[in-house]
Amino acid sequence: MARARRLRAFVILFAFWLVFSGYFDPLHVGLGVLCSALVAVFSHDLLFPYPPSSHTARTMWRLAAFIPWLIWQVIGANLHVVYLVFRPSQIRPRVIRFRTKLTHDSSKLLFGNSITLTPGTVTMDIEEDEFFVHAISDKAANDTLSGDMEHRVAHVFSETLGTGSQPSAGEE
Amino acid sequence: MTIVSMVLVAAGVFLLLTGALGLIRFPDFYSRMHAAGKCDTLGSLLILTGLASYQGFDLAAVKLLVVAVFIFITSPTATHAIARAAHRNEIPAWTAEDDA
Amino acid sequence: MPYEFFLGCALAILVAVTISLYRVLRGPTIIDRIIGVNVIGTKTIAVIVLTGYLFDRVEFFIDIAFLYALINFVGALALSRYFESKGVEHPGDVL
Repeated sequence: MARARRLRAFVILFAFWLVFSGYFDPLHVGLGVLCSALVAVFSHDLLFPYPPSSHTARTMWRLAAFIPWLIWQVIGANLHVVYLVFRPSQIRPRVIRFRTKLTHDSSKLLFGNSITLTPGTVTMDIEEDEFFVHAISDKAANDTLSGDMEHRVAHVFSETLGTGSQPSAGEE
Repeated sequence: MTIVSMVLVAAGVFLLLTGALGLIRFPDFYSRMHAAGKCDTLGSLLILTGLASYQGFDLAAVKLLVVAVFIFITSPTATHAIARAAHRNEIPAWTAEDDA
Repeated sequence: MPYEFFLGCALAILVAVTISLYRVLRGPTIIDRIIGVNVIGTKTIAVIVLTGYLFDRVEFFIDIAFLYALINFVGALALSRYFESKGVEHPGDVL
């Protein structure tokens, strides 16, 4: 297991070395192999602490399918902000608070970043499983509370949200 | 091809300008954060991908895309960290009633 | 044609930087200043890459831009963490 993780760390580091050095002669590639191997041996557990799960390949595929939807949301978010910049009187900000049923750290990270990137909402704080989200309009707040995105993120990481997974909401 | 990349870069520059305008026009910190966190992410993303497509397919284009992906991951994270600092220090949020 | 285009884009981003600088100078809280600096950092990355096209040295300038992105991210994290634990002075009229 540890060997597989070291190998994975080495491959990632060496790929970065190749992209950023830009020289492909034996000396530079050899130096790259040496440096990546040293770093991979000594600090692979620091750089990539998550143990490889059995879902890794499937998670990657689902993540790849999630990204285009996210980019579409990002474009909508930007048009929304552009509209608000020229009509600042339209904003009705409020803070919403809800519990998520996502358990894994990476899924919470993806969920928090996705909330930040989608129209009208920014993640302010995450305490354990409680999200504080600043919404710039009522519609944005309701969109987040509908739980659509939470389901998509849960699908990416193959998590089950259980029954009644409507996020329990509360005004601050 | 040049036209496509020029359109992408121009759209990115427009978004960066709008984000800066939002930063000075919005009433409180949290709304400013919306302008800063979103427009800057997509704006620089558009500029970098536009330049990468102008470049064609070579090492510089790959590097540009790596930088773009890096910004796409780190910019919301930085926004979130700053927002958390504000929230834990209980900086008040503006609501429509405050204007009355 | 592209040279003038890149120059115009870089100058337009510099205008945006100047606008953001108002938020950094004005505040009113330190958090507003931090987000202003973070925004300026992101815009600077784009300016650095465009400068690379102006001087026809894209390869070098991309490396500088990547380093700048790293420093910008770590700096924003460090500043926000520091002021999160230290506390922020805010008078009542922060709005």
